[in-house]
Amino acid sequence: MRAMVFAAAMLLGFVAPTLAPAPALAAGPTTLRIGLREDPDILDPTLSGSYVGRIVYAGMCDKLFDYDPKLDIVPQLATSYSWKDPTHLILHLRAGVLFQDGEKMDADSVKYTLNRDLTMPRSLRKGQINDIAAMNVIDPLTLEIVLKQPNSAFLAQLAGRPGIVLAPKAAEQEGDKFGLHPVCAGPFRFVQRIPQQKIVLERFKRYWNAKAIHFDRLEYIPIVNSAVTLANLQAGALDMAEYVVPTDVAAVEKDPKLRIAMDTSLANYGITFNVGNGPEAKSPIGESADLRRAFDLSIDRNALIHVVFNGLYTPIGQANPPSSKFFVPSVQPTKRDIAAAKKLVAASGIKPPIDVTLMVSNSPDILQAAQVIQAMVQPAGFNVKIQATEFASSLAAARAGHFQAYMIQWSGRADADGNMYSFLHSGYGFNYGHYSNPEVDKLLDQARIAQTVPERVAIYAKIWKIEQQDMPVSYLWSPKNIVGLKKSLLGFKQVPDGIIRVQGMHFAK
Amino acid sequence: MQAPIGARLLHLVPTILLVTIIVFALQHLMPGDPAVMMAGEAAGDPHVVAQIRAQMMLDQPVWWQYLHWLDEVLQGNLGYSWRLTSPVLVLIAQKLPVTLQLAAMAFFFAVAIGVPAGVVSAVKQGTAWDWAANAIGLFGLSIPTFWLGIVLILLVSVDLGWLPPSGYVPLTQDPLRSLATTIMPSFVLGNAIAAILMRHTRSAMLTALSQDYVRTARAKGLTEQRVVIRHALRNALIPVVTLGGLQLGTLLSGAVLTEQVFDVPGIGKLVVDAVFNRDYPVIQGVVLVTGLLYILINLATDILYAVINPRLRGG
Repeated sequence: MRAMVFAAAMLLGFVAPTLAPAPALAAGPTTLRIGLREDPDILDPTLSGSYVGRIVYAGMCDKLFDYDPKLDIVPQLATSYSWKDPTHLILHLRAGVLFQDGEKMDADSVKYTLNRDLTMPRSLRKGQINDIAAMNVIDPLTLEIVLKQPNSAFLAQLAGRPGIVLAPKAAEQEGDKFGLHPVCAGPFRFVQRIPQQKIVLERFKRYWNAKAIHFDRLEYIPIVNSAVTLANLQAGALDMAEYVVPTDVAAVEKDPKLRIAMDTSLANYGITFNVGNGPEAKSPIGESADLRRAFDLSIDRNALIHVVFNGLYTPIGQANPPSSKFFVPSVQPTKRDIAAAKKLVAASGIKPPIDVTLMVSNSPDILQAAQVIQAMVQPAGFNVKIQATEFASSLAAARAGHFQAYMIQWSGRADADGNMYSFLHSGYGFNYGHYSNPEVDKLLDQARIAQTVPERVAIYAKIWKIEQQDMPVSYLWSPKNIVGLKKSLLGFKQVPDGIIRVQGMHFAK
Repeated sequence: MQAPIGARLLHLVPTILLVTIIVFALQHLMPGDPAVMMAGEAAGDPHVVAQIRAQMMLDQPVWWQYLHWLDEVLQGNLGYSWRLTSPVLVLIAQKLPVTLQLAAMAFFFAVAIGVPAGVVSAVKQGTAWDWAANAIGLFGLSIPTFWLGIVLILLVSVDLGWLPPSGYVPLTQDPLRSLATTIMPSFVLGNAIAAILMRHTRSAMLTALSQDYVRTARAKGLTEQRVVIRHALRNALIPVVTLGGLQLGTLLSGAVLTEQVFDVPGIGKLVVDAVFNRDYPVIQGVVLVTGLLYILINLATDILYAVINPRLRGG
């Protein structure tokens, strides 16, 4: 017994302090350790669907195009492009690019990858590029893509996961297990993944843009608990956390070794109303646009953001945040007006209190936001019952129409089509409430064909005008990309998509 | 003793089968569509979701899916994770040693704290020692794991900088660093068990100390230390060992929460992530393996029980 107690004392009293400081756990000085908010899914760009997976790809796989901090599309593996006509896209590829297995990247590789996206069973990319009718290799560095119909959002897809070019030999050899040993043409090559623990990449010395890379290794460490993420940052066990919750910002700023980098995000949070999905759409709020507008008018977005998110987020009235090129300035977030809300309730002919069940995911900040909304809409005559539901269950309930109002986030896309089409067009998966307005459908289709940004913005302005009358979704706020990092880590450039690009980043000497 | 153990090993098969059927049924009753979860950001396209569902054979009847899975298991294949595409067996082989290490260290803490505290509390009944030991017990039972975990992280890792706040280093890679990453989580995990062991040890010791054979031992002039350790404690340990064995199983389930708090990549974290992502093959594989482990631990406890108590060796 004495021996056991002694051994315990040894462990606690002697072993632990000798291992300090905690950062000593880290690898060499040129390793960059990035904390992720969750563990990514499979690391195969054709099969993966998680947001954090895109952050890992940024370290491992270059795309044909990328976004700069102003959300302009800039060349990466492609050097330029031109539209021969609205359905014929010519891509000019960068010369001398090698995949991490030594294979040369050329037009055939791009064609192979896009074909894989189009034909592979379980491909999640098919829907993004299924307008491709044909691909013609003009020469080793030129590819012509023929579309079935004009699609103004197509180029943006090549700045996303479909634009990642895979090493054909490796992809062919590994098949659907390619994600266990991915090979592409990025700055770091895949070394090891221990699920839920870390993803390790090491510098690819023959990377085409090698001079922009200043680390030997990258480690992505998934940490789900935000308090533990903060502790790891403070203890020096992470060099960077891709997301810090607003309530932890002050703690990071107080730490002399750390700093916060904060920028606008493409994400949005809103309440989707069930207006046509099954019997639960037959609720007062599902059937009356007046009531939905009254609900929207009752919410003080600024106060909500101040109380729940330390005032850091941005109130919105549309899916595209102010940082987007597709933001329509005339569509501003609704200002709280209880008198107007009451008038709309009276005009609906429905006597208060009006019961509304609001389904939300069971994370603490979102629950708190729901409680604030519950209190805010009460004076207008709404009796909100909050239904906190585990995320996957809430998605299933939403798709099955088992909800009246559903508060959910979308990670956001730089191109407006990715924030609107699947959400407001009839018959699409993110249109949980089965909102259907032929005019909106027609305008969304028109926007896909329109060739210039101003043309598209004009169409989107028309859509938002209708949306604000029908109110299938009440948009609430756009979060911020809040990155916590060591002060000694320099050269980090934020892009509103939240993806961490390691090019140009380095530790202070 | 061999006959009952053989019989219990035979019972293992239907028990495990029943467990897998229940888990299979429960995970299909659980709301949430695995195809939507796998599609992630691409779930806005209904064709993508339908295609995934067909690929995963989720459009087949549940009984058919179960039999298909069982057929594969009997051939030694636990399937592939839908989310990670890794073989489930490989994932379990990676994660199980982490949890077993955590559980073993937690059990060590539980015994090292709980048993001496229980003995002291019983021997020094009604004194300050007794009160202190009871306070330890009350603390262990009352403090929620997640709270204690976060407080320890803040105190030991952030303020004192003694130990890493989370993560894991394998024992084979670097034993010292491995201990550093697992001391806090195993202490938190073992804390509640220590309290339970302390209370049972105290109660068993109080009973043993009032027995005639203890009085006889004292009358023979043995030292108090010898009376307590050789005579009272040895007898008091029989129910404590049983309880300890049962708590080993509890440690495996308790690891689920502890691994979440400390981000220890063990089997608990694996199954929680699998549940949140509706990764059915991983859930089934983990339940099968932990179910087997649980049953084997109980069997081992029974054997140990018989070793300690010779009266039970007859079978």
